[in-house]
Amino acid sequence: MRRSMGSMTLAILFAVATACGGGGEEADTGGTAVDEEQAGPAVSPDSAATVTGVVHFTGTPPAGEPIDMSEEPSCAEQHADQPTRQVAVVSDGNLANVFVYVKEGLGDRRFPTPDEGVTIDQQGCEYHPHVLAIQTGQPLIIKNSDGLLHNINTQPTINQGFNVSQPVSMETTKEFSSAEVMIPVKCDVHGWMEAFIGVQEHPYMAVSAEDGTFRLENLPPGTYTIEAWHEAYGTQTQTVTVGAQETGEVMFEYSSEMAGRPVPLGEPIDLHDHGAEHRVASAGR
Amino acid sequence: MRAGTMRMGLAAVAIGLAPTAAAGQADAPGKATYDRWCAGCHGAEGRGDGPGAATMLPRPRDFTTGKYEIRSTPSGALPTDDDLRGVILDGMPGTAMPGWREHLDDREVADLIDYLQTFSRFFESQPPPEPMTIAAATSAGEEAIAEGREFYEKIECNKCHGEQGRGNGPSAPTLEDDQDRPVRAADLSENWLFNGGGSVEEIHERLVTGLNGTPMPSFHDLVAAEFLTEDQLWNVAHYVRSLAPADPPQVREVVRAARIEGELPGSVDDQAWEAAERFYLPLVGQVVVEPRWFAPTVDGVWVQALHNGGEVALRLVWHDPSESPDPRWDEWRSKVAALMEATTASAVADTTAAGTEQDTAAARADTSAAAASAAVGRPGDALVVQFPREIPEGMERPYFLMGDERNPVYLWRWESGEAGASELLARGLARYEPLGGAEPGFVAAQAVFEDGEWRLMLRRTLDGGGVEDRLAFEPGRAIPMALFAWDGSNGEAGTQGSIGSWYFLYLDQPTASTVYITPILATLLTAALGVVVVRRAQRRANGGVERRSRTESTEGGRA
Repeated sequence: MRRSMGSMTLAILFAVATACGGGGEEADTGGTAVDEEQAGPAVSPDSAATVTGVVHFTGTPPAGEPIDMSEEPSCAEQHADQPTRQVAVVSDGNLANVFVYVKEGLGDRRFPTPDEGVTIDQQGCEYHPHVLAIQTGQPLIIKNSDGLLHNINTQPTINQGFNVSQPVSMETTKEFSSAEVMIPVKCDVHGWMEAFIGVQEHPYMAVSAEDGTFRLENLPPGTYTIEAWHEAYGTQTQTVTVGAQETGEVMFEYSSEMAGRPVPLGEPIDLHDHGAEHRVASAGR
Repeated sequence: MRAGTMRMGLAAVAIGLAPTAAAGQADAPGKATYDRWCAGCHGAEGRGDGPGAATMLPRPRDFTTGKYEIRSTPSGALPTDDDLRGVILDGMPGTAMPGWREHLDDREVADLIDYLQTFSRFFESQPPPEPMTIAAATSAGEEAIAEGREFYEKIECNKCHGEQGRGNGPSAPTLEDDQDRPVRAADLSENWLFNGGGSVEEIHERLVTGLNGTPMPSFHDLVAAEFLTEDQLWNVAHYVRSLAPADPPQVREVVRAARIEGELPGSVDDQAWEAAERFYLPLVGQVVVEPRWFAPTVDGVWVQALHNGGEVALRLVWHDPSESPDPRWDEWRSKVAALMEATTASAVADTTAAGTEQDTAAARADTSAAAASAAVGRPGDALVVQFPREIPEGMERPYFLMGDERNPVYLWRWESGEAGASELLARGLARYEPLGGAEPGFVAAQAVFEDGEWRLMLRRTLDGGGVEDRLAFEPGRAIPMALFAWDGSNGEAGTQGSIGSWYFLYLDQPTASTVYITPILATLLTAALGVVVVRRAQRRANGGVERRSRTESTEGGRA
């Protein structure tokens, strides 16, 4: 289940990245929500660079906590094995569900907002995907495939959250206006349900797949600080320089020795800082 | 009010002299009011961590998050100034937040609202919040309520609030607020304790906007999704309103036990109880004796009483979301214990020391024995009816917290599970001992737990059966009575539970012949006395009286 969802996330991200970079057909036909003059300089295909990498994991990840789904038989049925609450999904020494994004190096560039939404589905009383990446202003399509009551309670510290109910199979569309790493999502009806949303003003972000790989495409040549975020093992940064049409590699190393939860979410709120750095996106739209 | 403003002015001066952290806001006109009245709970910097905060569950609002429960605005949005004003003036009845209508004038409230908004950057960065458009209300009535019930189930309010709205849905034990603290699903039958008010309009607004920072979501998207109509959402509000009585219960000093002929009810759900009058006795957390308890579950008990001259029966009904012991509430219990430890451990009895992280950590390390044992064991639910050992002649009663060494009290104690009901003597909270001799015990004792409600019946003979310290009930006399309750799933045991003050149980006098004769005799006596007095007066006053009576008769003739 997780594997397919992980790759689906990647697929979506690729689509997003392509559309934003101007490489996709949709982008050519003006499928973006931002005026050309407001969007930054397009990354031309002959200069676009790529950053790829793998998130490694050493040690033994904690065993997943079993989830008692007996109160929702229709959800329990969807799990052949005992469902568990997994804080670290590791296979062959690679860590999945790590949010990887360009933290610094893009300067003042602005990027068009994709029309195409990113979907988070509630299925089998779990979120799919568990970690997802979305651009500011991009539609977040919240889907309820279970057909029973879920409430989607987002708990950002920088954005304004929301808490809406979905008692039946339905879709709700929301968006976030500011970059934030990360926004926890929970369902109060099913206390075990948890997801994390990473929001950036640019498209250069990904979630590591089951095999730990990630890929950031269509980057302008430059030097970037790449940050990796994991819900239990925290953040790490790497610097990478890529030239035109080059592919840079970045490796992140996590281990079971690293402290467990909680990982700080978002940035601490400074009362004396009423600055504008967190609301650039809304101004740009 | 002028004096108040002056005092506040002085406070402002005093604070202005003191070096404060929030220098940029020191000259804000609302600061003085805030520091004086609000900071004690909400903290000097609005983080919800004032010295009083540790004794409260739910905790005071952390203003830095910009999340406010009671709003007219969409889910996640900021409140309007009017929303904030409403909460400041009326308070939040289900919490420690009082209303300030009597204490602050319009100017002070307006300044306070401005000042509150400086605590969160959201008020600056977001566009001014707009109230949601509220559709016209449907009219209340049986049909509206029936449809509301249907949608109560369809939108699954029962998941948290329970089938009958008693805050006992399957998800209730796992609910947490935005700061990961346990939070109750409201008991919808107690609308006088709703944080945002108990009117149908207020209930509807909560359904439309949700309560930010809590698990309660907004249900308004469902209208756009055509899952229900605006009317149907209004009808849910009508249904929820119908779960509570038309008026909040009035607390009366005396619980009357009507006298009935023949057998007393044989069971707790006997039809005979339907005719018996219901009395509401409120309970609060026990905060007098250490270890104290600031987070009680049971906030009131409905009492009915009947007697037949030979026996007395009490029917006690209260809401408790769990039938303890219940493993589903284990996590809840430990979370509540962790939050309330600081207040139960005697080491931090000084509340001024609470609030800082260091102190909280120290308090956690210094776990009180009671809290520890509550976390290890899985206590049951319990209820105690307290009486004096004999009916007092005057107003003197034993110490209300289960008596003391000198003046013990006689108790009816009931516990869930196998323990059942027993009679005890107590010399202070949790100092129980059995009654001397072989006590005759209860004629009948029965408890039923159903969907978040305990119903308990206890029935005993009026006479004490010759057992020392065993109260003999007497009709026609005011018998002091007090109630205590514990919710094991909330970690309540020993001194940590809900308590009530002394009320009276009054067993109606037998409706024997004397009931009819006494008033007649009294009337006759009064009349006879009157005649004697008047005759005497007439004799003394003579002519004067005659003149007046003549005038009266003339007037009477004219009429």
